[in-house]
Amino acid sequence: MVQVMVQTMVDVMMPAKAVKSRSAGMSSAAAHSRRTFLKATATAGGGLLLQAVLPPFARIATADDAAAVSGGEVAALNAYIRIAPDGIVTIMSKNPEIGQGIKTMLPMVIAEELDVAWENVRIEQAPLDAAKYGQQFAGGSRATPFNYDPLRRVGAAGRQMLVAAAAQSWNVAPADCSTATGVVYHRESGRSLGYGALAAKAASIPVPDLGKVALKDPKTFKIIGQPIPGVDNAKVVSGQPLFGIDVTLPGMLHAVFHKCPVFGGKVRSANIDTLKALPGIHDAFIVRASEANAGGDPQGLSDGVAIVAKSWWAASRAREKLKVTWDEGPTAAQSSENFAQRAAELAKGAAASYLRRDGDVAQSLNDAAHVVEAAYSYPFLAHISLEPQNCTAHVLDGKVVFWAPTQLPGPGAKLVAATLGVAESDITVNMTRMGGGFGRRLRNDFMVEAAWISRKVGAPVKLVWTREDDIQHDFYRPAGFHFLKGGLDNAGKLVALRNHFVTFGRGGKLADSAAMDANEFPAGLVAHLEYGQSVMELGVPTGPLRAPRSNALGFVFQSFLDELAHQAGADPLDFRLALLGEPKVLTNSSGKPDPLSDFDTGRMRNVLRRVGEISRWSERHTLPARTAKGVAFYFSHFGYFAEVVQATVPPSGDIKLDHVWVVGDVGSQIINPSSAENQVQGAALDGLGSALGQAITIERGRVAQSNFDSVKPLRIDHAPPVDVEFLITDNPPTGLGEPALPPVVPALCNAIFAATGKRIRSLPIDVDVLKV
Amino acid sequence: MAYTIEVNGARRTVDVDGDMPLLWVLRDELDLKGSKFGCGAGLCGACTVHVDGKAVRSCLTPVASVGGSAVATIEGMAANPVGNKLQAAWMALDVPQCGYCQAGQIMTAAELLTKIPNPSDADIDAAMRGNVCRCCTYTRIRAAIKQAARIPTAAPTVK
Repeated sequence: MVQVMVQTMVDVMMPAKAVKSRSAGMSSAAAHSRRTFLKATATAGGGLLLQAVLPPFARIATADDAAAVSGGEVAALNAYIRIAPDGIVTIMSKNPEIGQGIKTMLPMVIAEELDVAWENVRIEQAPLDAAKYGQQFAGGSRATPFNYDPLRRVGAAGRQMLVAAAAQSWNVAPADCSTATGVVYHRESGRSLGYGALAAKAASIPVPDLGKVALKDPKTFKIIGQPIPGVDNAKVVSGQPLFGIDVTLPGMLHAVFHKCPVFGGKVRSANIDTLKALPGIHDAFIVRASEANAGGDPQGLSDGVAIVAKSWWAASRAREKLKVTWDEGPTAAQSSENFAQRAAELAKGAAASYLRRDGDVAQSLNDAAHVVEAAYSYPFLAHISLEPQNCTAHVLDGKVVFWAPTQLPGPGAKLVAATLGVAESDITVNMTRMGGGFGRRLRNDFMVEAAWISRKVGAPVKLVWTREDDIQHDFYRPAGFHFLKGGLDNAGKLVALRNHFVTFGRGGKLADSAAMDANEFPAGLVAHLEYGQSVMELGVPTGPLRAPRSNALGFVFQSFLDELAHQAGADPLDFRLALLGEPKVLTNSSGKPDPLSDFDTGRMRNVLRRVGEISRWSERHTLPARTAKGVAFYFSHFGYFAEVVQATVPPSGDIKLDHVWVVGDVGSQIINPSSAENQVQGAALDGLGSALGQAITIERGRVAQSNFDSVKPLRIDHAPPVDVEFLITDNPPTGLGEPALPPVVPALCNAIFAATGKRIRSLPIDVDVLKV
Repeated sequence: MAYTIEVNGARRTVDVDGDMPLLWVLRDELDLKGSKFGCGAGLCGACTVHVDGKAVRSCLTPVASVGGSAVATIEGMAANPVGNKLQAAWMALDVPQCGYCQAGQIMTAAELLTKIPNPSDADIDAAMRGNVCRCCTYTRIRAAIKQAARIPTAAPTVK
């Protein structure tokens, strides 16, 4: 099995024919006719391949090398494209890179339409500049749907300007000119000019109307659709500085910032004078949120003690001697255990409000042939990006310069402007590569802290959190509690569904990322359906974690559907197909039709059926005892994903993950198949890791866990092979950072049920209940 | 006090406390940023370096304990025949996502392939389980180790 995976990986990297499309070989329906499967197929030849891939890769460096490569004057065609006289093209990558592959992918889109050879492209990370680049962020799997078409047009406009420049030089019509990999041709006269020779002239041509530029026929793509390796890989594998934590500036000081373990706690006093006398310490001081964050926004300035030193180690050692007296505040009374008790009490009563009420659920449950009732819950989760939160800031004369590992630089600058009382226009944000994001770096508390400390000490400051800081001062995926009742008729059809969701609020509003959508599946497909909600006040900061909401709701609903399928005596996959029914579009909860966010049951049916085929779902009864498959699907971030997990649960209860199969539909184009497969495999394993070993527990208003021994990331010895297949459909291309994650958790839990008869209704999975 | 240590074949002198971890000496005193800070507790492997060829967690290694041992970091792997072919395989298979853990992964893998030139899956699991990849690129890490194992150890292919 592993050998197959190796071969698959090798094949993915073959430059010319890595991605094979073939006609849909699957079942009948006319709806399938336009679809092809995009799949890396196994062929031999790993050794040769290495030779084939390395040379072009080695030539792809980043922009700092470009100056050395290209001599003479470099011409800018637009904010994204610069061309040097030697034909070397520098393309700006607008969005922050957190490992989703965006620094490679977005420039691929521009380079394709510009019609240049990828090995002549250099990539440069753009700074924050909304006027030039529009929205710049890493979140919501939005980069592809938001940028694919616009950046194709940016590239095509550049190509059109180069063609116009050549046509002027030759005194011919632009329509009689063509391009191929960095050269403009006039076939009739046999003339040609390279982009490098044309760039200066092209830069003086008026920029065409982006809405009217001619785009390539996707069938002719040479770069889009190719498995292009990450542009920073050479730096990554050789250990060159890339990340926020690697930033070094002349005269830079190092800082740690110690906050109250209880969220929102205030400093009463601290032994500042003792700290200041310690070796290597430059300064130490109390920071008070009241100075700039009277409203107590958890993203804004917090109370704490800053220690600034000549080295991070010195600051860290001094912190061991720090003694603080805290006013812990009201959150100290909160705990995970109390929330669970309170949720159970609330579930006994009526929901405080209703997201949706269709039909007559009470009557329908009363009339149902079978009723299934279950309580599901999931814990708070931390993001645990491997690079701890950090930020480098230099505040000088009212101006702020950042080297910030942030997923959301624009709002970060805005927050800092408000906190420091400076103009947003006086803030510069240089975006660094990030050692993971997962949503944590959508919150910019570290930018506020670094700037505050830099201003106080009057020097550039690099703030680096410890792992303990990172785990104990996160914006957590909110915990949640669901009390479900489902009714089946005599034919085993789901006729009634009630969910009472007990979630969290903060200051009279739902807590960040603690909402459930009124259209949560299977809403719209069940005649009698009621989604109620009750809210508990929470002092713990919450926020988006990779596939926010979906990462939890997928577990709840796709697990409960599995319970209903078993109660109905149905094959869990067939039960889901029946529920999806004939292909139709369920409008999103805004009520406004939107082809991206509306739910197309036909697309989901197709990925579900296909994952059944590639996982040999129908043959699962031949598996040995205590080995089983589970299936689930989920629609999020515009992506349709169905997944099967095969797991073995030995009598010890120690779950062995045997294999994962993933089928996704994210539209008409997989832009970079290598990165796409990597993202999907990573998302699936990430979900499995969270289900198996991660929970944040609140005790007395603080986080009980502190490092990777108590919050356990998935490790290689528990990582199963993950087969990935994309269905190519006639829909706009959408993103891949998130949507593969939600289905994997219920697929695992459903496999565990099939293997053991034990239903997992609470995360993380308690292996003790699986022991025989 | 002053400590002279050998890093990637060069002798370097730093004036620091003896209990300062090798990680912070490398990163902040010698400006070798390839070894990463992940947990400070030997739980994630991002800081892995070689001391006399053995993979160690530099975040838990006081500089005073290094003595005359040879320290090798990711920055020195291009000159290491095994490290170099791992780097080549890592790039050929496009292993990294965020990339933050990969230096540590390569350092641990280099020790593994030096000891066991053709590791089994169980060998890989045992050697690599101390290195966390939060992006979960484990499928490709495993494949890259196997691919590197198939490359004859010869002249460096990546400069």
